[in-house]
Amino acid sequence: MTVKVQREDFDVGAELAAMTAGRTSIGGVTLFVGLVRDMAGGEAVSAMTLEHYPGMTEKQLEAIEAEARGRWPLDDVLIIHRHGRLEPGDQIVLVATASAHRQAAFDGCHFLIDWLKTKAPFWKLEATPAGERWVEAKESDDEAASRWARDA
Amino acid sequence: MKILYFAWLRTKIGIPSETVELPSGVTDVGGLVDWLKTRSPRHAEALANSKVVKVAVNQEHVPYDHPVAATDEVALFPPVTGG
Repeated sequence: MTVKVQREDFDVGAELAAMTAGRTSIGGVTLFVGLVRDMAGGEAVSAMTLEHYPGMTEKQLEAIEAEARGRWPLDDVLIIHRHGRLEPGDQIVLVATASAHRQAAFDGCHFLIDWLKTKAPFWKLEATPAGERWVEAKESDDEAASRWARDA
Repeated sequence: MKILYFAWLRTKIGIPSETVELPSGVTDVGGLVDWLKTRSPRHAEALANSKVVKVAVNQEHVPYDHPVAATDEVALFPPVTGG
């Protein structure tokens, strides 16, 4: 039920604790944490800058979250996505889903990160020894998202 | 009408946004993109390949046949790469 778009880092343990505190109906939480890699396409990456579309980003993440909650019985959902300049090893994104049972938590989390990658308006600019370059969208990301498509 | 550009569309065109008067006869996203190409050589080059120019109207992803109106906020950007 929470979407945060921020420059600041986040503390996964603190977020998990806040999500579950006093909520004993939750039987399991799935967490996905995306990190900045030090290599991309065979080239070293020294930094990455994430640009986004303020307003639309929050709107799209909230819509994705509502879609997940409509599909699975989720007690809680948390999406944190950072923007600005990040370095290898830095956390980029956190998706957390809580449910009474593990299947909904796993599936909801997987769906959210796959859909987020094709719908949330973020763009990555990588710094490499050859200069800066905009990351190109991957067909494999579209395929991953399309696995969750279903007839209306 | 407010037009926003992101990522390499912003750097290629050289501005993050501009306010334009929607010409009569432009009724959908495809028509708007074609008209924007005529604004400068930088616009023409950046918008040349419509496969990699995605559009949002009022912060919702839309196809090229989606209608546009003078009060819309229209954003043009490459395929997204977050996550």
